[in-house]
Amino acid sequence: MKLHEYQAKELLAKYGAAIPNGIIANSPAEALAAFDKFGGKPVVLKAQVHAGGRGKGKFPGSGSDIGGVKFTTKRDDVSKHAEVMLKHRLVTKQTGEPGVKVGKILVQEAADIAKEYYLGMVLDRAQGVPVLMASAEGGVDIEEVAAKSPEKILKVPVSPELGLQPHQARRLAFELGFTGEQIPAAEKIMHAVSRLFLEKDATLSEVNPLVVTPTGEVLALDAKATFDDNAMFRHPELAAKADESEEDPAELRAAKSGLSFIKLNGTIGCLVNGAGLAMGTMDIIQYYGGSPANFLDVGGGANKDQVTEAFRILLGDPNVKAVLVNIFGGIMKCDTIASAILAAFDEVGFKVPLVVRLEGTNVEAGRKLLADSGRSIITASGMAEAAQKVVAAAKA
Amino acid sequence: MSILVDKNTRVICQGMGKVGTFHSIHCREYGTQMVGGISPGKGGTVKEGFPLFNTVHEAVQKAGADTSMVFVPPAGAADAIMEAADAGIRLIVAITEGVPVLDMAKVKRFLATKPNCRLIGPNCPGIITPGQCKIGIMPGYIHKPGNVGVISRSGTLTYEAVWQLTSLGMGQSTCVGIGGDPIPGTNQIDCLKLFQADPGTDAILMIGEIGGTAEEEAAAFVKQHVTKPVAAFIAGQTAPPGKRMGHAGAIISGGSGSAADKIAALKAANIEVAATPAELAAAVQRAIARKK
Repeated sequence: MKLHEYQAKELLAKYGAAIPNGIIANSPAEALAAFDKFGGKPVVLKAQVHAGGRGKGKFPGSGSDIGGVKFTTKRDDVSKHAEVMLKHRLVTKQTGEPGVKVGKILVQEAADIAKEYYLGMVLDRAQGVPVLMASAEGGVDIEEVAAKSPEKILKVPVSPELGLQPHQARRLAFELGFTGEQIPAAEKIMHAVSRLFLEKDATLSEVNPLVVTPTGEVLALDAKATFDDNAMFRHPELAAKADESEEDPAELRAAKSGLSFIKLNGTIGCLVNGAGLAMGTMDIIQYYGGSPANFLDVGGGANKDQVTEAFRILLGDPNVKAVLVNIFGGIMKCDTIASAILAAFDEVGFKVPLVVRLEGTNVEAGRKLLADSGRSIITASGMAEAAQKVVAAAKA
Repeated sequence: MSILVDKNTRVICQGMGKVGTFHSIHCREYGTQMVGGISPGKGGTVKEGFPLFNTVHEAVQKAGADTSMVFVPPAGAADAIMEAADAGIRLIVAITEGVPVLDMAKVKRFLATKPNCRLIGPNCPGIITPGQCKIGIMPGYIHKPGNVGVISRSGTLTYEAVWQLTSLGMGQSTCVGIGGDPIPGTNQIDCLKLFQADPGTDAILMIGEIGGTAEEEAAAFVKQHVTKPVAAFIAGQTAPPGKRMGHAGAIISGGSGSAADKIAALKAANIEVAATPAELAAAVQRAIARKK
């Protein structure tokens, strides 16, 4: 689960971080009102989308060359830019071609920047603990810094029970080169980042950049937060804030049926039980020269309704030229899944070739059901045969 | 021989709901010594032939349980694991999917204070020593006693691997599903150590996925410490970065965790890498032939 920048900042502020003054605008008029409220001082208009790369993004077809983050000093420009942002879709390197709709703009008082830092907390999987990362190289792609000069990133493991300790934050502040009054201010932001991570089950809690202004103010200028979906049961207040408008509609629809689905760009729809086998199926399709249209894990106990819904989602993609079902029946018996496939096949009305590979519990009964059904279903016994057949069918 | 579980393992099930009870029955039918279930408030009663206990401590004292199979739902799973560890259970197999990752971070630190206790999972199919003991949700009949050790992050892909091995006449010493979460209780290296030391294991098959760097670390360990033939497969070669492929751990993030990186590391450690999931068992055969 992701939050927008303004929501992440609200949480950080609640935990004691200093953030720039900002007002959320849902319309050009509201953006203008926000500008006036700040007394006509320069502002930054920030499109609120989950995708990264906003600043370098574009609004194709708008006739304007602004990106998703726009510094403005003139009153007239505020409503003009806000209109572009709210009326056109924002395309960034992370959104892909269709871009995303912008529903809200953060109108933020522009801050002069003397120095930028990076601050972020993630889980260190190898150690099994959260780690607070900080760098005096802020405002840039931290992954690039990590790859090229890892020594420029300071890392502090944080106890999930105790949280970030004062001495840890103090040491980081000194090692990052903060001085005087900036030290306690920077520590406050570090504690806020850590508390957000630990108290809200975040998977990423990030301030980038953290800035020092020419007057010595320390501010969380931009923020990002993503959360552990598995922990949302204990954070209903966060779940309520989720903005689903940027999610793929097919992925949302699948999630509602208990299916794990990820849209890809190929031509072969896949329906598999189990995440590892689903990935393996995508891989072997590619190995034999095809391209998977999706990842789809129906889980351990797929029933007729789930299979039907899965087929509908797959066939709703106009790029899909053939479908492969790959099931290893364990607890889910092959004859049960064969019946579900047949019922779904009839209900959905297949217009593209369907290849089915069943293995596991009651496989003979399952295969017989498919063979005796009289429907045009191509069967296969091994994964290699199934992949070759579906790749050929998609190209035919 | 085998690792971690055998015919003497005495197992209880934590979470005797519909699913936990269903799988307890299947494990018992396979031959596992299922000595009871935990169902707070129902201690002293019997469900489907399983004596129920209020606490794990009670099951350890009264039924001599030494191993636990956990089906407790996500919100209570971490607590269930810690209860088992506190009661002196030596092996905890957590099947539960969807445990919050910070809960597991805390569990891991708690278990560090219990050196005689091992956790497998969560979000895993379980562990099986064919012909002796099945703890988990895998179909028992596809397995066959033998001497290939299997380590896997996934469920059905493991069944695929086991089925291929069995079909080619290669039995398994023990198959461990370590699970698809970011913080597993037992990792690839833990299993490699055990299989390397097990006289009943002659070859090892390791099935990995995208996400994290555990396979890279396992590859380095194999290069240094494993003399037995090792074959491997990495699922997710076609997965795009930033998208979580079902398992909470299966995500390529921060420029690490890609299949290409993992396969390169495995090959550098002289591990036989299967190009596709259709040739998992064949890769084991090649790995064995190469060592001869």
